[in-house]
Amino acid sequence: MPLLQVKNMTHYFGGLRAVSNFDLEIEAGQIRGLIGPNGAGKTTIFNLLTGIHKPTEGAITLDGENVVGLRPHLIASRGLGRTFQNICLWRHMTVLEHVKMACYAKLTYGLTGAFFGTAKRHREEAQIETKALGLLKMLGIEHFAGDNVLNLSYGAQRRVEMARALATEPKVLLLDEPTAGMNPEELSQMMAIIRQVHQEFGLAIFLIEHRLRVVMELCEKIQTLVFGEVISEGGPEEIQNDPKVIDAYLGKEAVE
Amino acid sequence: MEVTNENTPKEKKGLKQKIRAFFAQAPLIGLIISALIAVILEQTVGDLLANLIGLSKIPTLFGFLIILKKPLLIPSAMLYVFIIYVLPLIIIGKFTTPLMNAIAAWLFKAHKLISGVIYIGLLYLILHLWADISQYRLLTLKLTLIAVIVTLSLNVINGYMGEFSCSHPGFMALGAYTSSVITLMFFVDGKIISEALLPISLAPFVFPFSLIIGGFSASVGALIIAIPSFRTRGDYLAIISLAFLFIVKSAIENLEFIGGPRGLSSQPDVADLATVFLWTVACVWIINNFVRSVMGKALNAVRDDELAADAMTVNTRRTKLVAFMFSAFWAGIAGGLFAHVLRYINPATFGIQKLAEVLAMVYFGGLNSVYGSVVGAVSLSILGEALRPLELFKWIVIPLMLILIMIYRPTGLIAFKEFNVREIIKPKLSPPKEV
Repeated sequence: MPLLQVKNMTHYFGGLRAVSNFDLEIEAGQIRGLIGPNGAGKTTIFNLLTGIHKPTEGAITLDGENVVGLRPHLIASRGLGRTFQNICLWRHMTVLEHVKMACYAKLTYGLTGAFFGTAKRHREEAQIETKALGLLKMLGIEHFAGDNVLNLSYGAQRRVEMARALATEPKVLLLDEPTAGMNPEELSQMMAIIRQVHQEFGLAIFLIEHRLRVVMELCEKIQTLVFGEVISEGGPEEIQNDPKVIDAYLGKEAVE
Repeated sequence: MEVTNENTPKEKKGLKQKIRAFFAQAPLIGLIISALIAVILEQTVGDLLANLIGLSKIPTLFGFLIILKKPLLIPSAMLYVFIIYVLPLIIIGKFTTPLMNAIAAWLFKAHKLISGVIYIGLLYLILHLWADISQYRLLTLKLTLIAVIVTLSLNVINGYMGEFSCSHPGFMALGAYTSSVITLMFFVDGKIISEALLPISLAPFVFPFSLIIGGFSASVGALIIAIPSFRTRGDYLAIISLAFLFIVKSAIENLEFIGGPRGLSSQPDVADLATVFLWTVACVWIINNFVRSVMGKALNAVRDDELAADAMTVNTRRTKLVAFMFSAFWAGIAGGLFAHVLRYINPATFGIQKLAEVLAMVYFGGLNSVYGSVVGAVSLSILGEALRPLELFKWIVIPLMLILIMIYRPTGLIAFKEFNVREIIKPKLSPPKEV
């Protein structure tokens, strides 16, 4: 049984069919990629998987459990972590607070703890703080722990997003263009991080990318999405040489 | 920190720095003790001194009223304030710093409960002695403390959660009426029911429960805004909350058994200074606890990016629900206290005027900051009273100040600052605190 399985997922925005008959199977520990031109519906697929939109049709199961119709935070706490294409950080919070916040679902002290500052709360918050600092250290941003996220460089902000997503203890990590807007140096660092995360946590990773280099190097299997439809699926080599993919990216003449 | 003289223009910065440097060595306990000495001084020799320098009585509000009413007495009023308040501050602040730091260090190490009781006890003593001089001071102080509660509770929504709630006077009204109906029913003949259920001597014991029930009724009212907040936010939610305010006001106006537009009066006299003070301390403590916990920080996450909050396992609906109900609870408590301090309420009290007042305090003091809310509520309440002799011009001066604050500090005096009590009571490094 695959860890994350999507069958026949279709979604309409009004009359517009944004995604049609999307299928996906991710096994534990697998890295898969999703490529496609702008506006193909890649991010929409992520939003459907994470519950921001509810698919018009289709089934999504995570670890054998149906997650269609669950509220986003429940899907996230069942093990679907994600990062965002346009970095979505909380502008008035520090790096450490970000990572601690992602442990929200694990807090059990409840309102009593929050209102009266009970011993249980201090214990739990100390625990998640240790965990958060560990993650920051792993991603090499522990020295920013007390800084406001807005004061960080773009690359560091991406890492904060990654640390935050890892703090939710995901089984499958969805990365939405993790290297968007990065220079070559930052790009190789980010790829190293993705590999490291993959190895240390044994995570399944599903990533959207524009840069073929990243996808080709990291992913075992790649899907190409054009206008909401998967036009080709296979290993990096296959995809690279598929005339349909070249057509979608470069236009008809290049094929001929 | 910047509280002392915010409105002074730039050329006075030298003075500001001097003042700051002067107090940099003094811990909070030193300032508290000097304030205590000041109020004791006022109790004992205040009258004598006032007569000596040609004032008819002790200046009630740090000489503001006298200065505005009788300009000829300005030197005497200033002299009085200097001798009674500033002199002890300078003497204690300057010459006893080692001793005070030793005390502060001891209190810092002592058990939380002990140091908490000592600090709060001293603070109460100061306020009590200060308010003992006149009824006017007492009333101003009580209303100021209530304003602190309302401002804090509104800051939870408008600051921490970033929604614009206009409904807080409505929550106050719910709390005020609920608790008044309970106390009137139990202890006053012929108001709600013809014969009181309990002897009046029990009133102080029932009063806290009536307040809490009032708070909960406000929380229930808050559901009307919390549920739409799942689906909409920003301006739309602000309009809904404004609608709620009008609903509450009109509903009360049309309910005859609670007096309709004439209001309710003769509540039992149970809200003494100690009660109001303790509720305020509880409010500051609990709200501060809440907003500093990860669960409270979830409010900020919802404000700054709700989608990201959802994706990071934060239960955004629950967060919003808790924020609205919690905030409304405290507004309800404040309303109940307000009703029993004034011992008269009518629906008109809880209208747009009240809303403007509370909003001004929140935005003046600073968003997302417990510290700022306390400062905002205290300074605007005191200012409102101090500028009373200006009559109508008061409503030109205060709004003008608000505009100036917004120009120079767009998010308020002390925004986005954590209120860390341990940081404040720490020996040596301590900001001067406004009383």
